[in-house]
Amino acid sequence: MSKLETSSLYQLTVTRLTLTLREPEAIFWIFVFPIILAVGLGIAFRNRPADVLPVAATTPQLTQALAADKGLRASQFDEAAGRHALSVGAILLLAEQSPTGVTYRYDNTNPDARTARMLADRAIQIAAGRSDPIATQNDLVHETGSRYIDFVIPGLLGMNLMGSAMWGLGFSIVDARQKKLLKRMVASPMPRWQFLMAYLLSRLVVLAIEIVVLLGFARVVFGVPFRGSIVELLFIAVLTSVTFSALGLLVATRARTMEAVSGLMNLVMMPMWILSGVFFSASRFPAILQPVIQALPLTAAISAMRGNMLQGLPITHMMPLIAILLFWLVVPFAVSMRIFRWK
Amino acid sequence: MTIHSLCIRGLKKSFAAPRAESVRAVDGVDLDVRPGECFGLLGPNGAGKTTTIEICEGLTEADSGTVEIFGLNWLTSADALRQRIGVQLQETQFPDKITVEEVLRLFRSFYRRGLALDAAIRIAQLEEKRRARVGGLSGGQKQRLAMATALVGDPELLFLDEPTTGLDPQARRHLWDLVEDLKRGGRTIILTTHYMEEAERLCDRVAIMDHGKVIALGTPKELIATVGGEDIVEFAVSATGVNPEVLKQIPGVSSHRVDNSLHQLSVSELHTTVPKIFAALREQGLHLSEFRTHSASLEDVFVHLTGRNLRDE
Repeated sequence: MSKLETSSLYQLTVTRLTLTLREPEAIFWIFVFPIILAVGLGIAFRNRPADVLPVAATTPQLTQALAADKGLRASQFDEAAGRHALSVGAILLLAEQSPTGVTYRYDNTNPDARTARMLADRAIQIAAGRSDPIATQNDLVHETGSRYIDFVIPGLLGMNLMGSAMWGLGFSIVDARQKKLLKRMVASPMPRWQFLMAYLLSRLVVLAIEIVVLLGFARVVFGVPFRGSIVELLFIAVLTSVTFSALGLLVATRARTMEAVSGLMNLVMMPMWILSGVFFSASRFPAILQPVIQALPLTAAISAMRGNMLQGLPITHMMPLIAILLFWLVVPFAVSMRIFRWK
Repeated sequence: MTIHSLCIRGLKKSFAAPRAESVRAVDGVDLDVRPGECFGLLGPNGAGKTTTIEICEGLTEADSGTVEIFGLNWLTSADALRQRIGVQLQETQFPDKITVEEVLRLFRSFYRRGLALDAAIRIAQLEEKRRARVGGLSGGQKQRLAMATALVGDPELLFLDEPTTGLDPQARRHLWDLVEDLKRGGRTIILTTHYMEEAERLCDRVAIMDHGKVIALGTPKELIATVGGEDIVEFAVSATGVNPEVLKQIPGVSSHRVDNSLHQLSVSELHTTVPKIFAALREQGLHLSEFRTHSASLEDVFVHLTGRNLRDE
């Protein structure tokens, strides 16, 4: 047997990893779910190109004038058909030729219709020979890094790291306890710390895949920026995962049943899903809650990842966040080791 | 003086019970197990067998008393002891999605020295299931896998807690063969069981436990001899009014008891005694509705000592 094969830490880690990868549900929740979520959110909150507004006119001249504006799509109707199209929402505005000039028929409570009114009037006036006294130019801004998808990807990554670390550890520990596997393990000469360490090590492997899948997808499909150091981002992600593993361990230290551990798990994670700024900025919550919210590990993790990815902050500028994560790593781990129930 | 493989003195352990006084699971047990013997703890469920064996395995702490294995104790030599013993717990479920080979490779890695993987798989007769997942094994195969995990460290002392509980008769016999092979290999084995035929067949010596105490100790033969005869006669009659004194005076009958209107006599010299029993009953004008005999077993020892059946619990 090779040296590696006889190392108990290696064998425990390999076993843990094998078990994770043979669980189809785990694969779905860890790798597929965040991508589906990112795609869904990306579609829902995509920055749409400026809309082309449908309008109509009653004469060919007017229609031609309207069609000259890129922001408008013009069609020609007679008055009755035009009013019908307006009433069913097929067009936003109908320009009618009247003996004294042009009448715009539109709903002024609809912002799009008001925009159409301005564009249509400008197009018709220009076609009639108006010239603007001041020359103007447009400089369009579509900055990556300020879109919603850029904001939400670090949030999703944080949420995913929290979920997979906590479920991964909590469930399998309680399962092993329930099936007396823990008891069997401690009846062997296996060093106990290695059993828990194997969980963390196998987490790191899964974590590497998780990060590459989600961030790679975000990069390729949405062009989400990585402004900070990649090495530092990986460090933050690893720290986040290990921190939540320690929390998962704490949640699972005493629980004897799946029901108990599920309840505890939700109790711990639910507030962070809501408060920690996964989908919208945590600063929207009242000031009185902020000290609590900022002290949560998920808030710190997501803030650090956003700082790195979106603002390009070096880790030295985010030491308070790192300190919060370290606190949530050290304290739960130390407590768990003291009160862990092996039987 | 040789060092005992296991030496227990004055062992006590209580568990807190809801709305009641704490339960004394083990109530002053002394035992010695010699190197190379197969020692059985026999008793009904709840007799304290598992608690006793788990204290010996270092999984449970005793309230008082001492346990020494190879002259070492758990307080000072836990790591060394775990290297030298093999443990099969009553109900370990290995994860369904891991293979036989993977389980054994994992457990092998915990021991400094031990069996080669192939040897462990061969002893447990799981060669064909080597790459099968635990979820696809039968009850007997799972139990043999548990046995193999106890053996990979090539232990000097092997603890088997109810190794055949829940197995069908064929799988049970299969496991017995396995234990007999291990005995021939010279290992010291301590097993608990509530099947008396298992204890009779496998164990060199047996301690019968009840309510946390050892109530009898000896070889199966010695224990059975305490019942007073080699055979047990059981009969029922259609009417009441059996006179036990008359029966007890029959030469060869050593004791009588009634359980649920079934009379039990312990008997020696079955071939000469039975006709005399028939004659005695006829004289009393009683008609037999049932009559059978069997060789005295450890079950009868337990009944003799406690007045209860092992399997009633």
